Amino acid sequence: MSDSSSHDRIVRVASGQGFWGDWLEAPRRQVEGGQVDYLMLDYLAEVTMSIVQKQKERDPNMGYARDFIGAMESVFPAVADRGVKVIANAGGVNPVACAHAVLAAADKAGVRGKIRIGVVTGDDLLPRIDALLAEGHELKHMETGEPLSTVRDRVLSANAYIGSTPIVEALARGANVVITGRSTDTALTMAPLRHEFGWAADDWDKMAAGIVAGHILECGAQASGGNCLHDWRDIPDLANVGYPIAEAKADGTFVITKHDGTGGRVSVPSVTEQLVYEMGDPHSYITPDVVADFTSIQLAGDGENRVRVHGITGGPATPFLKVSIAYRAGWKAVGTLVYSWPDALEKAQLADRVLRERLHNLGLTFDTILTEYVGVSATHGPMAGNGEAAPEVQMRIGVRGPDRAAVERFTRELAPLVLNGPPSVTGFAGGRPKVEEIVAYWPALIDKRAVSTHVDILE
Amino acid sequence: MHVRLLDIAHARSGDKGDTANVGVIALKPEWYPVLREYLTQELVAKHYTGQITGPVQRFELPNLGALNFLLHGALDGGGTLSLKTDAQGKVFSTSVLRLVLDVPDHVAAAAGLPAAPLAV
Repeated sequence: MSDSSSHDRIVRVASGQGFWGDWLEAPRRQVEGGQVDYLMLDYLAEVTMSIVQKQKERDPNMGYARDFIGAMESVFPAVADRGVKVIANAGGVNPVACAHAVLAAADKAGVRGKIRIGVVTGDDLLPRIDALLAEGHELKHMETGEPLSTVRDRVLSANAYIGSTPIVEALARGANVVITGRSTDTALTMAPLRHEFGWAADDWDKMAAGIVAGHILECGAQASGGNCLHDWRDIPDLANVGYPIAEAKADGTFVITKHDGTGGRVSVPSVTEQLVYEMGDPHSYITPDVVADFTSIQLAGDGENRVRVHGITGGPATPFLKVSIAYRAGWKAVGTLVYSWPDALEKAQLADRVLRERLHNLGLTFDTILTEYVGVSATHGPMAGNGEAAPEVQMRIGVRGPDRAAVERFTRELAPLVLNGPPSVTGFAGGRPKVEEIVAYWPALIDKRAVSTHVDILE
Repeated sequence: MHVRLLDIAHARSGDKGDTANVGVIALKPEWYPVLREYLTQELVAKHYTGQITGPVQRFELPNLGALNFLLHGALDGGGTLSLKTDAQGKVFSTSVLRLVLDVPDHVAAAAGLPAAPLAV
């Protein structure tokens, strides 16, 4: 690795999906818009695992991000014929079924012989959860300190956030598609860099550089002009926004850019906004592989739509993995009505009082009733002024609690207000609010030694 | 001199459970020391009085010209529990920019800070 050609070699990792539900066009545009080596697709948010777990309970062949199959179909030519490799945490709670679905699609597309899938398993702790608790792993809530036993009978899913090592193994074994379950978002980018450059697992600064690249890429276009407040009016051509690409070198430096001819913008401000997104203590950004120091990151403009990132340092990983647990936590419903000028806010406030009195008179109780006045104070609270001149105000009221019947009855108390409440009301065409089961998130830590991952190659 | 945060910084916010994080970034590198000095944890905590149930933490990122604030208890439980419109804290980035900093005239002049309109 010491000759100058390998020193200067650039590996390009392209971000093609920032969450399950992101732009369906993005993966194909990333592999067709210019040269890339890896396509990274992030599908999992905190509560996604519980959604896919419910799907798997209904059908044992489901339980993964189905959008991924369409994404693969759209990039098969690049993967089969041009050597682009795909890394995705689309496997949800059923990465093996996900891999079989990709192989079936490859069959149909006539590229089956050119697809070699590495499937990473071992993150799913649900089948082992009682054994783990019995062994003394309390899986205490990271914020409240409560032991998991308080909600054990309501747990829907439990997955350890796993790091880059099994993905690196899959790549080393020749996979050109790697499918994981609850791998960290950042590992999807760091793993191919570790694989390509042969970085040692305890080369903390390099590991941290890979994680920072991953953090910049993990939310898709949010690093390349999407949701960018800085200079937002002048960000060009968002309709054709280019998703971010990391051009990485063996020394742990990289450039964030996007394909020529695409819209959006990669700039120091756009990348900085993404760096601070969902940040905790910047000195210790904790991952399974490394603790990265975000106060070490240096950014510099490197030409149009190019930002050079360097100087990153990191330290040893902790002995723990984070565990994402989802559990049933009651029921909720949210409904809205719109009140019009004059005195729109006053009318909306009166409607709220009337509704609450009726809920009280019905003997309904909830853990929380929350009313917001959209257009006046929903997102900024009282600091936004008194809403006196508002042409219309949306009253948005939500309830949550353990009693489904009470939440259900609440949903029937909104519509009557149209005829028997304050005047100038509209905006009820959406019908009764929907009662939803709350699947809440329980973050915990577990001793790393209790979790072992496994890689299978399917082709 | 009164200086609107909106005129000297941009911001992005997100969530971790019931905590909103707000990253505030100086529009010019030379304005970062003004943020560090005058955009205090106490000022931000006061700004959100009654809006959040927990404390405010502040972290400095001089390398990015940015401060990171953690607003605990900001999201009605956060995630799927929350009944709020902004359950994931996406636009706390904009409410923080309503702040007006009181910066000594000589500091403001030396940094070239834009003065807030008179109404502030």
